[in-house]
Amino acid sequence: MGEIVLESVSKSFGASQVIPPLDLTIEDGEFAVFVGPSGCGKSTLLRLIAGLEDVTDGQVLIDGTDATEIPPAKRRLAMVFQSYALYPHMSVRRNIAFPLRMAKLERGEIDRRVEEAAAVLNLTDYLDRRPGQLSGGQRQRVAIGRAIVREPAAFLFDEPLSNLDAALRVGMRLEISELHERLRTTMIYVTHDQVEAMTMADKIVVLRAGHIEQVGSPLELYRSPRNLFVAGFIGSPRMNFVEGQAAAEHGAHTIGIRPEHIAVSDSEGAWSGIVGVSEHLGSDTFFHVQRTGLAETITVRADGEVGFRHGDPIHLTPRPDLIHRFDAAGQRLP
Amino acid sequence: MARAVSTRRKAIFTLAAWTVGLLISFPILWTLLTSFKTEAEAVASPPSVLLFDWTLENYRVVQERSDYWRHFWNSVIIAGGSTLLGILVAIPAAWSMAFVPGRRTKDILLWMLSTKMLPAIGVLYPISLLFVRFGLLDTRAGLVLVLMLINLPIIVWMLYTYFREIPGEILEAARMDGATLWKEVLYVLTPMAVPGIASTVLLNVILAWNEAFWTLNLTAAQAGPLTAFIASYSSPEGLFFAKLSAASVMAVAPILILGWFSQRQLVRGLTFGAVK
Repeated sequence: MGEIVLESVSKSFGASQVIPPLDLTIEDGEFAVFVGPSGCGKSTLLRLIAGLEDVTDGQVLIDGTDATEIPPAKRRLAMVFQSYALYPHMSVRRNIAFPLRMAKLERGEIDRRVEEAAAVLNLTDYLDRRPGQLSGGQRQRVAIGRAIVREPAAFLFDEPLSNLDAALRVGMRLEISELHERLRTTMIYVTHDQVEAMTMADKIVVLRAGHIEQVGSPLELYRSPRNLFVAGFIGSPRMNFVEGQAAAEHGAHTIGIRPEHIAVSDSEGAWSGIVGVSEHLGSDTFFHVQRTGLAETITVRADGEVGFRHGDPIHLTPRPDLIHRFDAAGQRLP
Repeated sequence: MARAVSTRRKAIFTLAAWTVGLLISFPILWTLLTSFKTEAEAVASPPSVLLFDWTLENYRVVQERSDYWRHFWNSVIIAGGSTLLGILVAIPAAWSMAFVPGRRTKDILLWMLSTKMLPAIGVLYPISLLFVRFGLLDTRAGLVLVLMLINLPIIVWMLYTYFREIPGEILEAARMDGATLWKEVLYVLTPMAVPGIASTVLLNVILAWNEAFWTLNLTAAQAGPLTAFIASYSSPEGLFFAKLSAASVMAVAPILILGWFSQRQLVRGLTFGAVK
C-alpha cells in the first residue's frame, strides 16, 4: 500500500512562501511525476513528503495515517537522490544492506534480500566494490537497490538521472519504468525534463512557483493543456503561440499550435514565411520559420525527407482541429 | 636555454628552502647537541659544535633525579584524555553547526574562536579558585578538563570545516534508510570524516602535549607532565644547560616522532578544503 495525500500543505522559508497551500492525491501504485522549471518547488514538495523538510502548515497522509510529525526514518518511504548519496566508505553490499541493518533484520534475511536486489539490478559482480569504483549508471543502480530492498510504501526519486549521460539516461529510464511495472509500488519522480515526465508517468503534476498548474495523464496534458504555461512546457519542441489577428480569427487572445500539427508546402498554405535554421534529426526535420508576421519564429516538424534550405519561402497550414485557444489570462478556452 | 635557467632557479630555491629549514630547526638541533655535552662544555665560549666529548651522562642523571616515566604517562593521559573528551563533545557540536545551522551559528563559531584570543593569564585566577574549590589542583583529571576546554574551540572549528565538506544528501539518505540520529552520526558521518577527525586528534595531541601555561600553574608533584619535567631543570642559576637540554630532548622526542610519522596526515588535514 502507498497512497499519499497532501492536504493544504504549504512551506515557507522564513518570510518567503515557496509552496502555497496545495492539495494532491497520489494513488496507490501510481507513477507520479512532478515536473516544472528549476526553482518551481518540485524538489521541496518531494522533501516534504519524505519528511526531510517540515511542512509549515497542512498534513501529509500516507496510507490514511497522518505522517506530518513522523520522522523520515519511520515513514516507510525510500528515496533515490540526484547525487546518488551512496555511503562512500561501505561496499555495494553494505550500502544495499544498510536500511535492512537499520531495521534490525536477521543476517540471513539481509543477505538473501541483498543478493536478490543485486541480481535484479545486475550488480552481483560488483557487490564487494566501493561506490567510488563504479560508473555513474552502476552507482545509480546501487541507489535504487538500496531503495528496493526495504520494500517501502513508496519510492521517491529526486532527479535521479540528471547526472547521467544521454544514452545511459534513456536506458535507466526504461529500467525504472520496468521496475514500476514489476513492483507496482507507488513512485513519485521529480524531474525538470518533460520527456522523462511524458514517457514514465501515469500522472504528471506540472508545477510553477509552488503552484500546481495541472494534474493529468501525459496525453491529457498534451492534448488539453489547461493554460499557456502547461501548453508551452509539455511537448518538444515547444508549442507555437500566435497572438493578434490570426488568434482573433479563432475567437481567442492566443492560439497555440504544436510543431507536429502544421503541414508544410512550397506552394500554398494559410501562413507563409522564410526558412531560418533547420535541425535535421534524420527521421524528422525541424524548421524554424521566420517572417511569418505571426510570431518571431514558428517551429514546424516535417518529415526528414522534406528539403527546404535556409532562406527558402515556405507555406504553413495548421490542422484546424488541433489548434489550442487561450484567453487573455492565458487560460484554455473550451 | 630555458632549461638552464630553470635548473639554476631550482638550485637557488632548494638552497633557500634548506636555509630556512635549518634556521627553524636550529634551536632543536642545538638542544640535541647540548644534551650530549658536559655542563662545562655546554656553556663554553666559543661553543664547540661537533668536536667535544660525547656523553650520555646527562640522560642518566636526569632519569635518576626525576622520574621520567611518571611525567611521560601524565603527558600521555593529559594529552590523550583531553583530546578524546574534546572530540566526543565536539562531534555533536560540529554536526549541528554544519548540518542544521541556525541564524546565529556563524556568530557562535566566531565567539568560540575569540576565547582563544584572550590571554590565558586573564582567567588563571578564577580557574585556580575553581580548581581549589573542587579539589582538582595537581590532578590529571583537572588538567584533562582544562586542556579540553582550552582546545575545544579549535577542535570544533576543525571538525566543522571537515563536516561541511560532507554532502548533506548522504546524511539525508541515511535518515531515509531508517537511521536514527545517533546511528547516522555513528555509521555514516564519523566514518566519512575519519581523515578529518584523525588530523584534528593529531593536532590537539600536539597542542596539549606542548601546553605549558596551565600544566605548570595547576600541578605540583603528582600530575606534572613533561612540561613540568623540563621546567624543573631550568633553575635560575642556569648552570644545568646540558641536563636541561637532555630533559627537553626526552620530553619532545615522543611528540616529534609522532609528528614525523603522521606528517602527511597532518598536512592533508590542515589544508583540507583549501582545494577541491
